[in-house]
Amino acid sequence: MQILFYLFAAVSILSALFVVAAKNPVNSVIALIVCFLSIAGHYILLNAQFLAVVHIIVYTGAIMVLFLFVIMLLNLNKSTEPQKSMATRIAAVIAGGLFLLTLLGAIKDGIGIANPDVYDGSVGLVKSVGTSLFTEYLLPFEVSSVLFLSAMIGAVMLGKKDKGQPDGGEISGVA
Amino acid sequence: MNDIVTAIRTVPLEHYVMLSFVLFSIGMAGAMFRRNTIIVLMCLELMFNSVNLLLTAFSAHYGDPGGQVFVFFIMLVAAAEVTVGLAIVVMMKRNVDSVDINQLNRMRG
Repeated sequence: MQILFYLFAAVSILSALFVVAAKNPVNSVIALIVCFLSIAGHYILLNAQFLAVVHIIVYTGAIMVLFLFVIMLLNLNKSTEPQKSMATRIAAVIAGGLFLLTLLGAIKDGIGIANPDVYDGSVGLVKSVGTSLFTEYLLPFEVSSVLFLSAMIGAVMLGKKDKGQPDGGEISGVA
Repeated sequence: MNDIVTAIRTVPLEHYVMLSFVLFSIGMAGAMFRRNTIIVLMCLELMFNSVNLLLTAFSAHYGDPGGQVFVFFIMLVAAAEVTVGLAIVVMMKRNVDSVDINQLNRMRG
C-alpha cells in the first residue's frame, strides 16, 4: 500500500513539473491529465471513493477537455509562445523553491496537531459524504448552483461577439 | 473495511502534507514561469488540486466527511473559474490576437 502511495506521488510530481516545462500547450494538457489521474489514485488510497469518481469526471472529463478544446480552437498547438526573460524564470524558480522550503520548514517537527486516532473507513463513501452534503452543508450546495448560473452567464457574455462589429473585432473601449 | 483503515494508516499524514506542498509550489512557480495564459490557468488548477488532496487526507485521517464536502465545493468553484477564465482567454485572443499574459497590462496605473 505504501509503495503505491510513493508511486502515485512520484508520477504526480513529475507530471506537474512537465506541465510547467513542456513547450507545446497540448503536451502540458496531457501531462496535467496524468497528474489528475494520479491524484485520483491518491483519493482511492484514502478510500475517498466519491471524490475519486467526481474528480475523474469533472477534471479529466470536463475541465481538461475544455482546455484542449480552447487550445485547438485558438490554434495554439505549436510552441510559438514568447518565453519570459531568463532573469524572470530564474526568479520564479527561486521563489517557488523558497516557498516550498518555508512550508517544509513549518512542518519540520511534525504538523503540530495530535492525531486523534479516530480512523473511520466509511468516511469517504457516497453515503457519508452525501448525508453531510444534504444536511449540514445544504445551503452552500444550493448557493453554488447560483454561482454556476452566474459563471454560465458570464462566459456567454464574454464569449459573444459585439453586435455593431460583425468581424468580431475589438470591443469598444478595450483596445 | 478494517483492511482499508489499516491501509490508510500505513502512510503518515506528514507525507501527504509534503506532497501537497510540493505540488502547490510547482503550481505557484509555474504561474510565474510561463507567459501563456492557458498554462497559467492550468497551474492554478494544479494548486487547487494540491489543496484538495490535503483536505481529503486530513478528512480521511480524522474521520470527518466535512473535509470531503469542502473538496466538492472547491471542485465546483474551480469549474466555474475555468469556464470564465477560458472565455476571457478566447476574448483576449480575439481582441489582441495573442494569449501572452504580458499583453494584459492595460489596467496598469
